[in-house]
Parts: sequence; C-alpha cells; structure tokens
Amino acid sequence: MTVAAPVTTGPVVIPRDRSWWQKHGTTTTVWLVRVALVAILLVLWEIAADRWIDITYVSRPSDIVGRLGDWLADGTLWTNTWITVQEIVYGFLLGAAAGVVAGFVLASLNFVYRVLDPFVMALYAIPKVALAPLFIVWFGIGMHMKVLLAAATVFFLVFLNTAAGVREVDRGLVDAVRLMGGGRWDVLRKVVVPSSMTGVLTGLKVAVPYALIGTVIGELVASNKGLGYLINDSASQFDTAGVFATLVVLSVIAGVLNVVVSMIGKRVNRWKPLDD
Amino acid sequence: MTGVLNVDGLTKQFAKDDDAIVALRDFSLEIAEGSFVTVLGRSGCGKSTMLNLLAGLMEPTNGTVRYRTETLTGPHPEIGYLTQSDTLMPWRDVRRNVEMPLEIRKVPSGERRSIAAELIRGVGLAGFEKHYPRELSGGMRRRASLARMLAGRPATLLMDEPFGALDAQLRTELQAELLRLWQGSGQTVVFVTHDIEEALLLGDRVVVLGRLGRIVLDRAVDLPRPRDVDLLRVDPAFVALHGELARALKEEAAQ
Repeated sequence: MTVAAPVTTGPVVIPRDRSWWQKHGTTTTVWLVRVALVAILLVLWEIAADRWIDITYVSRPSDIVGRLGDWLADGTLWTNTWITVQEIVYGFLLGAAAGVVAGFVLASLNFVYRVLDPFVMALYAIPKVALAPLFIVWFGIGMHMKVLLAAATVFFLVFLNTAAGVREVDRGLVDAVRLMGGGRWDVLRKVVVPSSMTGVLTGLKVAVPYALIGTVIGELVASNKGLGYLINDSASQFDTAGVFATLVVLSVIAGVLNVVVSMIGKRVNRWKPLDD
Repeated sequence: MTGVLNVDGLTKQFAKDDDAIVALRDFSLEIAEGSFVTVLGRSGCGKSTMLNLLAGLMEPTNGTVRYRTETLTGPHPEIGYLTQSDTLMPWRDVRRNVEMPLEIRKVPSGERRSIAAELIRGVGLAGFEKHYPRELSGGMRRRASLARMLAGRPATLLMDEPFGALDAQLRTELQAELLRLWQGSGQTVVFVTHDIEEALLLGDRVVVLGRLGRIVLDRAVDLPRPRDVDLLRVDPAFVALHGELARALKEEAAQ
C-alpha cells in the first residue's frame, strides 16, 4: 500500500467571513414577525371582545391572563398541569418504547409481519377516543386510563414508522457488513438501527402531539383532575376565560415537547442533507 | 486445482413466480494466486451474479466456489468486494467508514484509527476524514470505498465495474492508482468490466463472458507493465488484442 497522488479534484473548504446579521438575520426577522403577529392578534382580540362579540363566547386576553394569575396563586394551575404532564410523559414513553421494540422485532420477521399487517392496520384505524369507555371499564378513571390511552395512540404511530424504516434498509449496506465478516448482531447494530433512525424519529415526532391529544381526551371523557378536567369544569360554568387559560397552558406544553423532540432529531441525523 | 479461487459448475437461478430466471449456467473458472484477472462482458451476461457468488453473498443453485481449500458458504474474511454502487454508511464520516471492517473484527480503537489514517492517505483522501459520504464527489466516494475494502486486509479482491460511473479522466486516474496499490502486494484481483480498454489496461488475463456466463475467450494479456493508457492505445500488440476481444464480444452478440 504505497502513497498515492493527493486528490486534485473535488471541493475545497474555505472559511466564510460573515457579519452577525448575515449569520442570524433571517432567524431574527422570522422571530420578530412571529412576535408581531401574536401581538396584533391579542390587541385585536382585546378590542373586539365585549365591543363587537359577546364576551361570554370569546372571553378576552386580559381576563385570561387574570385567570392564569388566580390559578397560579391558588395552586390549581400547577396541580392540574403536573397531573397532565405526568400522564403525557408516561403515556408517550410507554407507547414509544413498545412501538420501537415491536417495530424492530416484527419488521425483522418477515412472515410474522405479513400475517399481522392487516390486524395492525385495523387497530390503527380505530379512533382512540372510541377506546376510552372500554379503558374506563378496565382501568377506572384514574391516571392509568389516561396514560394507557395516550400510549395506545403513540404506539401505532411509532410502530408503523419504525417498521417502515426497518423494512426500507438498503440491502447493499447489509451486504457490505456481511462482507466485512459481520453477523446478524453487527447488521442490526451498525446498519438497521442507524438507518431506521429516520423512521423512528419521524414516528416519535409525529407521536408527541398525539400523546397530548390522547391524554386530554381521556381527561375530557372522565376525570376529576388534570387540564382536561379543568376545561370541562370551566366550560360547564360558562367560564370561557378558564377554558382559554387551560388551552394556553396546553399549547405551551406542546411547544416544549416539540422542542425536546427536535433536539433529539438534530443530534441523530447530522449526516442528513443540510436542507432539512 | 491450484488456483486460489476455483469455480466449478456454477449455476444460479432466480425464482420469479412460476418461472426461474437463469442468470448463470454451468460456469467454471480457476483464478491463480496473485493474478489480476479481468472479466469482460456485456451487461446482463451474469457478471455481477458471478461476483456475488464468488463473494459468498448468494447461494449457488448448483456447483461450488472453493477458496483455497474451503468451499464457500458465505462471505469470507480474506475476500474483499467492491460493488458497483456505493455502500458507504451515510451516517458515518470517511474515517469511521474505513474503520468499519476493523470495528467488526474488534481491533482496538487506537490501532483502528492509525490503520484507517494510513489507508485514507493511501487513496488520496487525507483531509477529508471528517466528511460524510454525501459531502464527497463520486470519485472520492469510490476512493473511500476502496480504502474501506482494503482495511479488511483482503488477500483477494473482487471488483464489479468499480469505476463505471466516473468520468473518463477520473477513471484513468483511479485505474492507475489501483494498479499502484496492487503491484507487489501479492493480492489476487478479479475485476469485472464491460470496457475492453479497461480490461486490457488492468489485467494479466482477460476472460470474455457470453450469455449466461459462457466463456467465449480466455486469454493471457502479455503487455508489459507498468502500463500507461496513452502509450498503450497506439501499441500494435494492444490494438491487436483490442480487436480480438471486440470480435469475441460481437460474435457472441450475433448468436
């Protein structure tokens, strides 16, 4: 193995000199526009409420903020949010773990996958809300029922995406590892897992809002605590400010969850094309 | 049987619904240790199937492939295979791709790193260790694939039109590098191509395949080494050989 001529073709890396605005300009603009959009909407809402539209239906931002302040002071907000967050996290973890494991196992066993495929699709198509009454019978109206309802929703999304990822693994890459003398275990660890990571992450990403949806639906159907309960309770007293205040909390939770997932995605998918 | 690779009565059929498609029929070949054999054939003549069988990636329907004294039942650690398409792991940078065969052999990481660094320099990719395959040009990916194959320290190299997708200049460059890497290494090479010039430039021996892997012509190439593609083109011996091979391919096609 002697030394060969250096590469004379191909790209050359040179540093780019960029000012702060060139580096962050677009991001800053996007954020400024976002903030402006929210501000305009809130101001319009505040003006419209009670002047053009009945306040019983739409409440108004200042009332909502006031309600959040009251709830924060008396602990209502924190207790109920904590319950819901726990249900979301447990439901998501349970469903995601089961989905990933089932996805890897079933997609690797071709025959079993073919046998089970129609059943899985049938179960997947069932709206998970329809399972809520059954889950109440089985698990009562406590936290278990919400966790499992969220997990059932998350499971299918993660399972289907993982299985698709595993089944789309490039045959050539598997052969390459076999040629290096790798066994089944090497193929799984060094090709199947990293290559299906895109599918797994897509599944996880898609499933995050559904964990929240599953949980809140569970709480709306039957519960005595949690944010879903808070919505039901406020609505039954025509307290729209309370409903909106809870919705604000829910969207904050959803936002935080999305940030967490996209952080994982960036770490794992560094090798992907730059444009996504 | 004295060759390092002995192929005997090899047949491969692919099942498709109720039919079996025959890709290779009763193919026999003996490859001498340390030789550079080029296999020339038109596309669809079973070249790739033959190499996949020699590499142990496929099970033959009939016949055997023997490597030294053992009959192949799967990939052999001493046989390296450079496929037509790139099979670099897209989620690994160049260095980690080249290290991969060593990783599978459980070579300690320090040693792995130094072997990989040496090979990357050897194929002219120094400075690109941290680049991912998608950031490299086609030619650089080929170099990285070559380095990865060599990292397994194969005694026998199988190559399936490795430079087929490259532009002519780059192909010439990589052919020269391959010869430089091979010369004096004692490695046996089986190089499949559809390009007559490439077959003659590289090989000690050219085997021309016809339909279903029938051997149309099997001939030694006694052109002196080192060979230079530009000088070779005007060499009368080369021109005569070129004509002979072209005729063999044409006759086969006419049948």
